[in-house]
Amino acid sequence: MALRNIIGKRIGNGIGLVGRRSLSTSTSDVENRNAKSMNLYSAINQALHLALETDPRAFVFGEDVSFGGVFRCTTGLADRFGKARVFNTPLCEQGIVGFGIGLAAMGNRAIAEIQFADYIYPAFDQIVNEAAKFRYRSGNQFNCGGLTIRAPYGAVGHGGHYHSQSPEAFFCHVPGIKVVIPRSPRQAKGLLLSCIRDPNPVVFFEPKWLYRLAVEEVPEHDYMLPLSKAEVIRQGSDITLVGWGAQLSIMEQACIEAEKDGISCELIDLKTLIPWDKETVEASVRKTGRVLISHEAPVTGGFGAEISASIVERCFLRLEAPVARVCGLDTPFPLVFEPFYMPSKNKVLDAIKATVNY
Amino acid sequence: MVAGTSEGDFHAGLNFAAVMEAPVIFFCRNNGWAISTNVSEQFRSDGIVVKGRAYGIRSIRVDRNDALAVYSVVCAAREMAINEQRPILIELDEIVYWKNARNPVNRFRNWVQNYGWWSEQQETQLRNSVRKQLLEAIQVAEKTEKPPLSEMFSDVYDYPPSNLEEQEKHLRETITRHPNDYPSDISV
Repeated sequence: MALRNIIGKRIGNGIGLVGRRSLSTSTSDVENRNAKSMNLYSAINQALHLALETDPRAFVFGEDVSFGGVFRCTTGLADRFGKARVFNTPLCEQGIVGFGIGLAAMGNRAIAEIQFADYIYPAFDQIVNEAAKFRYRSGNQFNCGGLTIRAPYGAVGHGGHYHSQSPEAFFCHVPGIKVVIPRSPRQAKGLLLSCIRDPNPVVFFEPKWLYRLAVEEVPEHDYMLPLSKAEVIRQGSDITLVGWGAQLSIMEQACIEAEKDGISCELIDLKTLIPWDKETVEASVRKTGRVLISHEAPVTGGFGAEISASIVERCFLRLEAPVARVCGLDTPFPLVFEPFYMPSKNKVLDAIKATVNY
Repeated sequence: MVAGTSEGDFHAGLNFAAVMEAPVIFFCRNNGWAISTNVSEQFRSDGIVVKGRAYGIRSIRVDRNDALAVYSVVCAAREMAINEQRPILIELDEIVYWKNARNPVNRFRNWVQNYGWWSEQQETQLRNSVRKQLLEAIQVAEKTEKPPLSEMFSDVYDYPPSNLEEQEKHLRETITRHPNDYPSDISV
């Protein structure tokens, strides 16, 4: 269960160290044949190649995708599949998503890239009022299920206000779309292919800090991981931790240290935030009686609040302690203050101990 | 209608259509108003054609009260859009404020009648027939049942996720307890 070994240190200035151990995918949902060591952006790149290979009506578009993208996720696609299927768009997120909705409504698989999740807000009206409601308002006569919007999200050490945001909570409040966040290269490839092929519009947030830092054995074949299925990536009995994306590696470090103090932590990767897998989380909380949720996004109104409320509704009498949330602070994502803002391993560890000793 | 051209979507749409060389006709009706807002409170450009041109789209302005002119323009625009694979913008402008003399429907009818292709008698017959159809359609619509409650939860996604199944179940229990809170013409 070595999530932390696949990424370099994120605390302080560490951007070195890339571990080569295979990642914890505790239930082997993917066979390991022909696996190759690769990082997150390469795994995503592979998924996109497969998506375009297997569906002649799949398109990839967005700012700068043609030359390979600012994070190299779209490398080689334009050369291989041509300019009619892989192309740049004007710098206009509402246009990118609006165009994607139209493309998907005509039965195509539209894979739209938003260059940073921080810039997704101009597209919010298109996502909420058009994409999310397309099927519902037409009584299923039409749909834009072929739409997938990909965006890099999250802290990167130096991103400041507009290159570090985690906007997932805004989208989790929108019936009609799905929100998916992978924790690692192997997960990303399988989840992205599922998102692209899912008959509902999906927003897929990619943890940018892990684009190069996370390296893992990723099978080369075409495989899909199920949406709306959370995964227990570390078994434990004293407390349940729930997270997604890059934060899981921080949480795992905290779990490992907690173990030294005799606290057995169960760690769950939610993967799909809406619709989310309440059953898996509830089953775990029934076992442990304690839950802690951690995310980079600001604590107030963050998705941890939804998980907390739902778990309390379902498991109130089983809970031994209040639900803990270790999250970003209620400030715009700061630049020099990033180390103070972030839900660090020690903040998580302190909360684990406080919850267990409640 | 012209007020929509202030929306960001309009500009995104024109720009994308131009860059993608999409065969689209942007058809913009300009009567000088958006509810109570006059165009001078909407924009200060010379109508909409200049906006189309600004994005590199061939644009044309036509008298919206002249049905024949509009027809010609749209035919030409369609051919150009398809043959040249490019967007076209048509602005239908209120060149002179229409009242009775400029009423476009009357003008077109008079033109057609002058050629002997239409008569007052045919007009009366058509109006009566349409009125009859409308009244029948209203009756049919009024008798049509509203959709059942289950339709509220379907088609949010391709299949309802577990949270919606739970909510539907809970709602049905509430309806059983408090039936008077809910309209009786929707079957549960």
